[in-house]
Amino acid sequence: MAAIEVRELHKNYGDNHAVNGVSFDVEAGEVYALLGPNGAGKSTVVEILEGHREATSGEVSVLGFDPSKAERDFRDRIGVVLQSSGVENEFTVREVIDLYASAYRSRRSMEEVLALTGLESKADERVGSLSGGQRRRVDLALGIVGSPDLLFLDEPTTGFDPSARRLSWDLIEEMCAGGTTVLLTTHYLDEAEHLADRVGVLGDGRMLAEDTPAALIEGISGTLVSFQLPETIETVDAVSTFREVMGPDIRVSGRLVEATVERSTQVVHRLTGWAVEHDVELMGLSVTRASLEDVYLQLTSGGASTDA
Amino acid sequence: MREYPSNLALVVRQIRYQVTYFFRVPVALFFTLILPIVMLVLFNALFGDNTITIEGGEWPIRQFYTGGLAAYTAVSATYSNIGNMVPIRRDEGILKRWRSTPLPTWTYMSGLIGASVLIAFAGTILMLAMGYVFYDLSIEWAKMPAAFVTLLVGVASFAALGMALVSVIKTASSSAAVVNATILPLAFISDVFVATDQDSALATIANLFPLKPFVNAFQDCFNPFVDAPAFAPDKLAFVAAWGLVGGVIAVKRFTWEPSGAAPRRGRRARQAAVDASA
Repeated sequence: MAAIEVRELHKNYGDNHAVNGVSFDVEAGEVYALLGPNGAGKSTVVEILEGHREATSGEVSVLGFDPSKAERDFRDRIGVVLQSSGVENEFTVREVIDLYASAYRSRRSMEEVLALTGLESKADERVGSLSGGQRRRVDLALGIVGSPDLLFLDEPTTGFDPSARRLSWDLIEEMCAGGTTVLLTTHYLDEAEHLADRVGVLGDGRMLAEDTPAALIEGISGTLVSFQLPETIETVDAVSTFREVMGPDIRVSGRLVEATVERSTQVVHRLTGWAVEHDVELMGLSVTRASLEDVYLQLTSGGASTDA
Repeated sequence: MREYPSNLALVVRQIRYQVTYFFRVPVALFFTLILPIVMLVLFNALFGDNTITIEGGEWPIRQFYTGGLAAYTAVSATYSNIGNMVPIRRDEGILKRWRSTPLPTWTYMSGLIGASVLIAFAGTILMLAMGYVFYDLSIEWAKMPAAFVTLLVGVASFAALGMALVSVIKTASSSAAVVNATILPLAFISDVFVATDQDSALATIANLFPLKPFVNAFQDCFNPFVDAPAFAPDKLAFVAAWGLVGGVIAVKRFTWEPSGAAPRRGRRARQAAVDASA
């Protein structure tokens, strides 16, 4: 049996269809990432699976439980790292870990939790005195203290510095090696690419694509061509100037012009020809294999996620 | 699979946690315990040697103040403390975090209410002890069972009313305002700070609410003109009825989720509302 089974999930807030017929499975031991721009319905789906929200319709099974019943045995087996949830600031790290551990049947030892989250040196400091990234690690610590079979990670590394992100990735990988199933939401495509066995891309409350990161990238089979817009050309004119050369898929963000193209040799040839003809230098011209980011931008029709 | 910790162990743990939490939040400590003590000291310094004519005769004003302020302390440890602190923790998402754990929700509530009741008793006893040591408060032991029962009914009812308040009012900033807007004016007409004429219109209004009956019932346990055992079953029944109504509202309406506390969700919801109306 799959750890998570979701069939035709709908959630309406009045006229707003936040989730509009989503179906997917997460196998036991798998790391599954939900991607999507803000408002795509990621958090709503996760909160329904955690038992914090009720679905309008559809079938949901998590570890064989109906999460909307919020049974104690269900909550004993899941770990939840919420997106924006406070911790008792007036308590030390060690105190909150000990306190939340007291609710579970099986607990990880204090030393193990502190070591896994890299909080050993902060154990006796109050949560309120920690930095934002350290507090997110406390969130992680409280998510894993009950040694869950299934861990929900809602944007676990948002606000982390690069080394802290690496550390959490290591932690998540370490836990998965122990057989923990993980459902992850993230804005960071490198995070999904690095951690996830499979990725589901949500947009407007629907599942737009679902596959392994490698297969998703394979699927678009394009090559990314990009360069900095020459100073002689206004940003507003960028699309009209280069559409013919780059193809209809052209995107402009800031001074960066890029397109994912099928026949990159021809495009580069035309592009360099244009540059020589107009006697301009194309700064930062690059030709790269498509990444998950391109898949994502294509699927979610671009632009919407550049703030992520 | 191991067993869950026993319910008793969980409740004790939760009460200990909530008491520790209380003592680590200076603002809660100040308003609940320190402010009434300051008032006791001030009132006695200002009017301590006066007498007051109320309920049957003239009695030393310190007897009046000590009883009234002790009862007020019990109310601030329950009603005000719950009304101020629980919405903050809900907005911060701490309640939601607990809701994600296998801790039974009733044990969380027991910890919260149990801690308030303990703090209320501790605060009340502290006030009476100060009255006894510094201000010649005379304690008639024959009336103490009545004082204990009155206090118990009062704190239970005001804790329930505090929970009802946080169930109805969703955000921390508005609940703090409502707590003070309800309790302070009532305290002024409920014999906490000043004695009111029992036949006045203000007293009639105050008697519609649970504060004055509770304060008066508790003060009677220290009133030299009231004979032991000084039980006031009618007043206690009235206070308990309020508490019961509060308890029903709390059970029906209490929520663990922050209300629009997460700014992103709030913006999205507002945007959705704008889209819907466009």
